[in-house]
Amino acid sequence: MRKIGMAVSALCVSLLLVCGMAFAGETLDAVRAKGFVQVGVNGSVFGFGAPDKSGVWRGLDVDTGRAIAAAVFGDASKIKFTPLTAVQRFTALQSGEIDVLCRNATRTLGRETKLGLNFVTVNYYDGQGFMVPKSLGVKSAKELDGATVCVLPGTTTEMNAADFFRTNGMKWKPVVIENTAELAKTFFAGRCDVLTSDASQLAGTRAVAPNPKDYVILPERISKEPLAPCVRHGDDQWRDIVDFSVLAMIAAEELGITSKNVDSLLKSKDPKVQRFLGVTPGNGAALGLDEKWAYNIIKQVGNYGEVFERNVGVNTPLGLERGLNALWTQGGLMYAPPFK
Amino acid sequence: MPDPAAPTSPEQHRNAVPFWNDPDKRAIAFQALVLAGVGALGYYLFHNTLVNLDRQNIATGFGFLGKESAFEIGESLISYSAADTYAKALLVGVLNTLKVSFIGIVLTVVLGTVIGIARLSTNWLVSRLAGGYIELFQDIPVLLQLFFWYSIFYEFLPAPRNALNPMAGVFLCNRGLLFGVPVPHPAYKVAAAAFLAACVLVWVIRRWARRRQERTGQIFPTVRVGLALLVGLPVAGWAVAGAPTAMDLPRLQGFNFVGGLSLSPEFAALLMGLVLYTAAFVAEIVRAGIQSVSHGQTEAAMSLGLKPSQTLNLVILPQALRVIIPPLTSQMLNLTKNSSLAVAIGFPDFVAVTNTTINQTGQAIEGVALIMAVYLLFSLSTSAFMNWYNKKMALVER
Repeated sequence: MRKIGMAVSALCVSLLLVCGMAFAGETLDAVRAKGFVQVGVNGSVFGFGAPDKSGVWRGLDVDTGRAIAAAVFGDASKIKFTPLTAVQRFTALQSGEIDVLCRNATRTLGRETKLGLNFVTVNYYDGQGFMVPKSLGVKSAKELDGATVCVLPGTTTEMNAADFFRTNGMKWKPVVIENTAELAKTFFAGRCDVLTSDASQLAGTRAVAPNPKDYVILPERISKEPLAPCVRHGDDQWRDIVDFSVLAMIAAEELGITSKNVDSLLKSKDPKVQRFLGVTPGNGAALGLDEKWAYNIIKQVGNYGEVFERNVGVNTPLGLERGLNALWTQGGLMYAPPFK
Repeated sequence: MPDPAAPTSPEQHRNAVPFWNDPDKRAIAFQALVLAGVGALGYYLFHNTLVNLDRQNIATGFGFLGKESAFEIGESLISYSAADTYAKALLVGVLNTLKVSFIGIVLTVVLGTVIGIARLSTNWLVSRLAGGYIELFQDIPVLLQLFFWYSIFYEFLPAPRNALNPMAGVFLCNRGLLFGVPVPHPAYKVAAAAFLAACVLVWVIRRWARRRQERTGQIFPTVRVGLALLVGLPVAGWAVAGAPTAMDLPRLQGFNFVGGLSLSPEFAALLMGLVLYTAAFVAEIVRAGIQSVSHGQTEAAMSLGLKPSQTLNLVILPQALRVIIPPLTSQMLNLTKNSSLAVAIGFPDFVAVTNTTINQTGQAIEGVALIMAVYLLFSLSTSAFMNWYNKKMALVER
């Protein structure tokens, strides 16, 4: 009897220890121990997070993830991607399945608090819009009374659309499909009159349409969508690393550092550049990283401007202007604090 | 003084054994221990979850149910808008799941029975067709079938402006099947009341007819009279109350049809996929049930002079049902549970609505607990009903 009792209590204690351990420990240590960063991405939004024809992951969010890997390991390829739907993404982060979520997620008060997440610096300022077939002859979102609208579930999109139609006293019918690719297929087949999403996503979806020229994005932006990477509450060091990985790309653009000239700028006399690239040490140690962390990001991934133009800029099928996403010095919102 | 060597009674013997060597008492102790262990583990998991949720600042509890949902739902049996609460949104989801499950189960049982009987037909072509159907639909995953039917609806049907119009008041397009319904009028309430009255009347007649047959051997045409009553009484009620004929027809306005009733492509695809898939299994269950009744019973019935339809209804089916009902119940439960695949093709069932709720409130544990509770309730009530029916159908030996 006593033996059995002891065995049961030993079992309970060991379970306690195992479960306790799984939640303790810094994210950085856990990431270093497994040797890669696990990043949650979209998986089907062209330009932000999707594999290309040869299976290589491409996109603005994907490159943000690579920047974090470059900062932590000095190697942007030490990264694994988990494609997530809008519904799965926060649960995957909360449960520890991924280390960081770079999946065009909008920062909101509810998500920061009730969902237990910390958003870092915005990597794309977006707004929700509507896309319709040109043949409908619609010029403004105010003309959409009675429309059937394809929408992704579990996003701020769903709530914004409901708000917009309510405010304007219009009726609508949502068709809610969880998978982005399936939703786009349904829209292009004509099941819905309208597809609503963040304007950048609409541009990405249109770029892969059977006939991109047949669709038009209406001028209205019905919401503010500051898209930012996010991490779990409670690990400030990891949050700082993710935050400054994004900020490093913005700061580099401001300092004129690109992946092409970063090596020659190692000899720069500018103290700001010296501190940024770790020639004058301090920043790396403060973050718990190698002093070369920012150098590695710029060398292997590029500055924000390079990443933007490569994935979604005017010379890509998405053809997006910088707009709000230009540097603050050029009328945009991209602004990095001093790196010192 | 008792002789110490004399054999003791079992009573005395049991008293002599210390309780830790008594298998009965030991078994109770072990069970209590296991129960305590399970309880402790359950408490630990619960407590640990709460602590972790608290540490991450995630809200807990069901307080969110009373808040405004702020999202729209595509189709609903009750009136619902984004200004309603989460609780009402979830109720809309529950009703949608019930709708597709109930209609699905009824259609599946009918279709499955027909195909199961066809499988046993002596007609070569009929039995091979039924066999082919069963093999085909059983072997393809139901999710693929759903995608297939859904894509048929949205890929091949025309846009609303070029909708097919097979008959007056009925339109078929990629927004669904739209048809006219009568404009509300008190006459329809009269007809509904007449239908209920007819149901009661048929039940009474059936009892009377059976008693009379047992007493005198005379057969009363219950089925024909019953059908006549069920159709005739409501029609008579409708005619007496004014015979209104005004219809609310669907008409094109703006982007879509307004008026009438519509059957959405999502609902139709889900219903078709679930019914065709599950009916294949039900058909096999029905076939097995019928084959379990020995052929001698058929021969005996025929030699008594019963017609083939009487043989099936009075001799074979009552015995086959005993074999059919238990596995049939599990297929009904399967259909109900598979209806949660609706989320893949955009039908707003309970799981789809709960998913949106979870994502907006962040309360995944509560949401998943609700999903489990609702499906458990559906499953338990279905099997309670079927167990009752099974008991009723069990062989009563006279």
